[in-house]
Amino acid sequence: MHSVRKQRLYLVLFVVLFSSVAIGLVTYALRGNINLFYPPVQVAEGKAPIGQSIRVGGMVERNSLQRAADSLQVSFMLTDYQASVPVVYVGILPDLFGEEQGAVASGVLDSDGVLQATEILAKHDENYMPPEVAYALENSGYDKKGNTK
Amino acid sequence: MIPEIGHFALIIAFCLTLMLATVPAWGAWRGNATAMALAPTLAVGILVFVGISFACLASAFLQDDFSVSLVASHSNSLLPPIYKFAAVWGNHEGSLMLWALILALWTAAVALFSPQLPLLVLSRVLSVMGAIGVGFLSFSLATSNPFARLLPATPADGGDLNPLLQDPGLIIHPPLLYMGYVGFSVSFAFAIAALLGGRLDASWARWSRPWTNIAWGFLSLGIMLGSWWAYYELGWGGWWFWDPVENASFMPWLAGTALIHSLAATDKRGLFKSWTVLLAIFAFSLSLLGTFLVRSGVLTSVHAFATDPARGMFILVFLALVVGGSLTLYAFRAPAVSSRVTFAWVSRESLLLCNNVVFLVATLTVLFGTLFPLIVDALGMGKVSVGPPYFNAVFVPLMVLLVPFMGIGPVSRWKRDDVARWRSELMIPAAVAVACGFTFPLLNAPYNIWVALAVLLSSWLLLGLAQDVLRKLRNASSAARGLRRLTPGYCGMLIAHLGFAACVIGVVATSQYSLERDLRMSPGDTQELAGYQFQFVEVTQVRGPNFIADEARIVVSRDGAIVASLLPQKRRYLAGGSVMTEAAIAPGLFRDLYVAMGEPIGSDGAWAMRLHYKPLVRWMWLGAIFMAVGAFTSVFDKRYRRQRDVVPSVNKAALHGV
Repeated sequence: MHSVRKQRLYLVLFVVLFSSVAIGLVTYALRGNINLFYPPVQVAEGKAPIGQSIRVGGMVERNSLQRAADSLQVSFMLTDYQASVPVVYVGILPDLFGEEQGAVASGVLDSDGVLQATEILAKHDENYMPPEVAYALENSGYDKKGNTK
Repeated sequence: MIPEIGHFALIIAFCLTLMLATVPAWGAWRGNATAMALAPTLAVGILVFVGISFACLASAFLQDDFSVSLVASHSNSLLPPIYKFAAVWGNHEGSLMLWALILALWTAAVALFSPQLPLLVLSRVLSVMGAIGVGFLSFSLATSNPFARLLPATPADGGDLNPLLQDPGLIIHPPLLYMGYVGFSVSFAFAIAALLGGRLDASWARWSRPWTNIAWGFLSLGIMLGSWWAYYELGWGGWWFWDPVENASFMPWLAGTALIHSLAATDKRGLFKSWTVLLAIFAFSLSLLGTFLVRSGVLTSVHAFATDPARGMFILVFLALVVGGSLTLYAFRAPAVSSRVTFAWVSRESLLLCNNVVFLVATLTVLFGTLFPLIVDALGMGKVSVGPPYFNAVFVPLMVLLVPFMGIGPVSRWKRDDVARWRSELMIPAAVAVACGFTFPLLNAPYNIWVALAVLLSSWLLLGLAQDVLRKLRNASSAARGLRRLTPGYCGMLIAHLGFAACVIGVVATSQYSLERDLRMSPGDTQELAGYQFQFVEVTQVRGPNFIADEARIVVSRDGAIVASLLPQKRRYLAGGSVMTEAAIAPGLFRDLYVAMGEPIGSDGAWAMRLHYKPLVRWMWLGAIFMAVGAFTSVFDKRYRRQRDVVPSVNKAALHGV
């Protein structure tokens, strides 16, 4: 074989080998590290897996936000106005988090149906709505104030 | 009146880009020198008119002209003037204007600073840049007119700039990032021009290289500023989240890194030609993809200003045209430009090839992780998100794989090298690097396997560089003369690789050694973290120009000596009523102390507080600055200016050849 061709062949083999290793790595990494989004109604119906990392988004229900007196634990309900999911979180909430505002919580659902959140995302300005929350509300047929559309 | 002038200037600029995209290209095709010679003039004209338009928009912001809808919704009379100016690009329409302005700047720069470029090549390059300008200016004019008026319902005051963006970081982060993003359009234009001309030689790489290096340097700075901004402004103390928007800027950087290394091989050895062209196309396409991801509102992010499907569609179509068009051209023309040069396996070429493969795979894995949720969503298979664990799991091993080659790189020779020579050159660096990896806990750091690995790899990298510099100096008659003989290109490489080593150490040490605690603290409480005592003294009310804030005073001491007095704030902005955390940081070369306020809890004046101890966190940003400085230094290399004497004859031949 011509030396240029030979070199090219080795190159191709090298690239193929390396990319298959990379693809293997990607599939392995992806298996454990993606989390699915569930609207509250699906969690209430028991469609969300227990003990696996998931995300739940909706509006924070009015008068549901409670703080522990001696720690940073907070609990609140996320709702799409069809069903609500209780969420427990220990830590500092984002600035724009509040009742009757959209929020996305990621964490693990325990056997009592409570989402033990490790991260809370709120919207980042006045008019913005996280796409997931918008999606959850769209499916439930309510607007963000809780009125039927 | 002024906004209308701005709008009109933008329309004129659009017409000029249309001319630039067509007339010189036609001239280059037909061999019409007059049409070709029009290109530089048109490029400067575009800069002038886009500049006028941008200035009009800026003056509308600075003069609080709330009859302009953009100003009304993104500025406020209470806003400090510097933020009024920065607010120009703190929104969708204005950031597109900035894009257009920077594109015009780059186009004019190519026109003005390329006297050595043959007219034929120059006209093609500028035409391609004009075509990109057509895309962006028509996008701006058709879907996102920044000068739209609110008449007669002019509001008395504006809706205010998002408080997150009221920060010095916003003033410089977007312009620098865009300088990088858009800068890759120059490499892209050179690549397309070469494909059009069917001639791709070492001089092509030499023309394209300085531009690519500058763009890459700006992109490094832009990403670094974004990371720094997230660190102190978001109040979490995180500096990289693998957020899709961060990825959007990181992917062109990764592809660009591969590109500058592959360009080195093309420049010095005439190798990897068609590959380099492909990378240039790839890097710019990723810049466009980044723009699409950020601007179309498909992502949840502080960068997503508004959701308008028409805008997303426009960029998507534009992206498809650019990628599809350039790849089609590539498919037809690549065989004509491919190289016939060979190299031995043990050589600098193979090491550069390793760099390219690693960076390309890194780009693709990041791309995949970023697009995967969008693809799954588009297929209706649910809404997933791919988090940092995925990216860390694929990215870290790739970088670990990269550094061993980086250590050999500078020492290696082009064309053919010798393993025995590498062994003799690198024996001592390898031994010392291993020793460093074992002995670094002597620097008063607890042993940690990842930090050990990072120290091992970066000292290997540094010692490899040192070994090469020493060898160069040893060959010179005196050390001073040897130093003087190091070319700017070589020094740039040294500085940038040094920066990379600092980055590796900074990233790993911060991730491994950082301590973070969320606590409930009452005034008078003292908490200890990493040997520092944080005493929460009091909370006072302070007033800023457009906000009121609760300001905590936290005195940090160590062994009885006061280290810093930190004043984190919880701000409430008057215009929108939104609440913002302002972290307080005691910076240091070896550690940062970081305090952010949560919310008030309980009745005794207690607050949720976040305390961080972050060792070596500044190293990664310093590293990025080094990389950028390295890239800028390399541009001063004489080899990028020397070819003037060679080119004219080629120029004529090429002209007649068309």
